[in-house]
Amino acid sequence: MNPASNNGLRTIVCLKVVPRPEEVRVDAETMTLDRAGAQSFINPPDLNALETALKLKDACGGEVSILSMGPPFFEPYLRLALAVGADRAFLLSDRAFGGADTLATTYTLAKGVEKIGAFDLVLCGEESLDGATAQVPPGLAEWLDVAQVTCALEIEKVPGKREMRVQRELKGGSETLSVDLPAVVSVKANVNEPRFIDYDRMEWALQEAPVGVWGAGDLATDPELTGLAGSPTTVAGVRQVATPDRRRKHLSGSAGEIARALADLLRTQTGSRGG
Amino acid sequence: MAASLIRPEEAQRIWVWLEHDGTSLEGVSLELLAKGRELADRSGEGLVGLLMGHELDSLADEALGYGADEIVVAEDPLLEVYTTDAWCDAAAQVVLEKKPNILLFGATPDGRDLAGRLAVRLRTGLTADCTDLEIKTDEPALMLAAEVTGFGGGVAAIIACKENRPQMATVRPGVFRPALRRSHGEEGVQSRCPVRIDPGRVRTRVLERRIGEAVDITKAEALVVGGRGVKGDFGLLETLAGLLGAELGASRVAVDEGWIEKDRMIGQTGSVTRPKVAIVCGVSGAMQFTVGIMEADTVVAINSDPEAPIFESADYCVVDDLFSILPPLIRELENSR
Ligand SMILES: Cc1cc2nc3c(=O)[nH]c(=O)nc-3n(C[C@H](O)[C@H](O)[C@H](O)COP(=O)(O)OP(=O)(O)OC[C@H]3O[C@@H](n4cnc5c(N)ncnc54)[C@H](O)[C@@H]3O)c2cc1C
Ligand SMILES: Nc1ncnc2c1ncn2[C@@H]1O[C@H](COP(=O)(O)O)[C@@H](O)[C@H]1O
Repeated sequence: MNPASNNGLRTIVCLKVVPRPEEVRVDAETMTLDRAGAQSFINPPDLNALETALKLKDACGGEVSILSMGPPFFEPYLRLALAVGADRAFLLSDRAFGGADTLATTYTLAKGVEKIGAFDLVLCGEESLDGATAQVPPGLAEWLDVAQVTCALEIEKVPGKREMRVQRELKGGSETLSVDLPAVVSVKANVNEPRFIDYDRMEWALQEAPVGVWGAGDLATDPELTGLAGSPTTVAGVRQVATPDRRRKHLSGSAGEIARALADLLRTQTGSRGG
Repeated sequence: MAASLIRPEEAQRIWVWLEHDGTSLEGVSLELLAKGRELADRSGEGLVGLLMGHELDSLADEALGYGADEIVVAEDPLLEVYTTDAWCDAAAQVVLEKKPNILLFGATPDGRDLAGRLAVRLRTGLTADCTDLEIKTDEPALMLAAEVTGFGGGVAAIIACKENRPQMATVRPGVFRPALRRSHGEEGVQSRCPVRIDPGRVRTRVLERRIGEAVDITKAEALVVGGRGVKGDFGLLETLAGLLGAELGASRVAVDEGWIEKDRMIGQTGSVTRPKVAIVCGVSGAMQFTVGIMEADTVVAINSDPEAPIFESADYCVVDDLFSILPPLIRELENSR
């Protein structure tokens, strides 16, 4: 795809802003998430992806761009990422992008990546907190037609080659892969300790740095492929989750008495719910 | 919308991607075969298992016994171990050749890795991490209604993919009960689907794999579960589990903090469990957690906060410090051995 860059890694970090899960309610009438009043924050594993990108930059040089698709209120969060250490940020924002499922989201993000230009690595978080689940990184890799690794624990550049060494989580273990660049890699939550804001960058990041905001026109996206129109899946209904009828019997007394009651219970526990 | 590569009226049968380690099928694949059988019977469709890999003869024979009408085998030396590119290329070829109506995957690391990419290649919809599946037989082209537990509590969303085929979904391990082995004579037929993989397009290479003893908490008869309240120390819980012959389980916080292996996570991101008894210590009881113990026969909750929502989902409620309840409980159980 792109010729090997001798100036370090060109990394794009895909970052999403999500509402704090405990503050979101589902509006059962409109079948939508009601995030009004919910505080937002950067999807936590995306900060691990950013930290991974900055560490790679510390080691190999290059530059780190931030890419996000979402409403205009995402912008201040992208500036935070600039204050932490990213070099540039781009927000894909257009009414036409709203209501996108994974297929439409990954198409739009891929158009954003292409517009940013030549890249070596796209880093994502393993999954976003607000519903969608770990499908954006593989989908993005497919649109871009590059290698993919999900659930990465460790990433290292192989010196002198357009290749990474990536450790990936598996069920009950892990594997080490050699990965051709360019690639899309999703990073597990908590694999590193994201660094704090660099106060020397604050003024630049929060005020001066330009954040590119691109709409459908800028990206020349196909309206049939973005937003609600480009989403093959639809919400067909919502349903209250029935919680099983539990006995909710309180055991009280001293710790010793409770322990005895619990021990009796566990000894005689036959497994039937009954009563 | 992206035009579907497969038209609804030509799409047929319910397919399950059969994940395996070379010698045996993954638990979630057996669970999907059981649910797939049920959906197939209800809708009059056939059930197909897709087995991919290298030198699969004995596994293919084994797979026939779990209720599928047909096992389609796709073999290639490049499918010896899982790599996204090789497996996605092969799966896409099989799908475009055979045109499944519904295609189900376990929401395992490899299942999610493959399904996420394949769905985009096929320009179709993928519902991730389903907690239930249903089929709408009143729809002309058999619609899958895939349920995902929405976040924010108490509500599940039903997702449908109306026009594009196959209708793809990944399903959490433990949500359905596994298929039982059938007796001889009730087995399906086996067929092969040739695939061609270009080695030049396989852009990752597996250098090393380290798989430990994987724990499977979905099969545990008893669980001792810890959350943030255990404050990093599962020692007491482990002793208790030992006395009860129970497995350890954990909330997401306990896993994210690195206090315990990820395989032990219970809930929406973790596993759905069905123990006879679960003793849940220091877990607040967020909906994303409680979906994982919904199928337990009896739930005991120990939490120092009387307002903790976990008590809504418990049969026996102990409002107390787990560190003052567990030691005497352990002594009681030791004494009565
Ligand atoms: C998309 C999504 C998916 C998720 N999936 C999952 C999932 O699969 N599984 C999961 O568990 N979570 C999941 N979560 C997270 C979930 O919302 C909760 O944040 C999590 O379950 C909380 O874990 P916890 O109960 O251990 O911690 P907390 O909520 O912090 O609760 C700790 C509890 O311990 C009690 N406690 C503290 N000290 C003691 C003591 N000494 N004795 C007794 N009690 C004590 C406290 O009173 C408190 O109730 C998910 C969230 C999202 C957004
Ligand atoms: N709208 C978005 N903008 C930028 N990145 C995103 C967006 N949605 C998802 N991602 C990235 O994809 C990862 C996985 O998200 P998901 O597939 O939604 O669980 C996230 O951690 C982000 O890195």
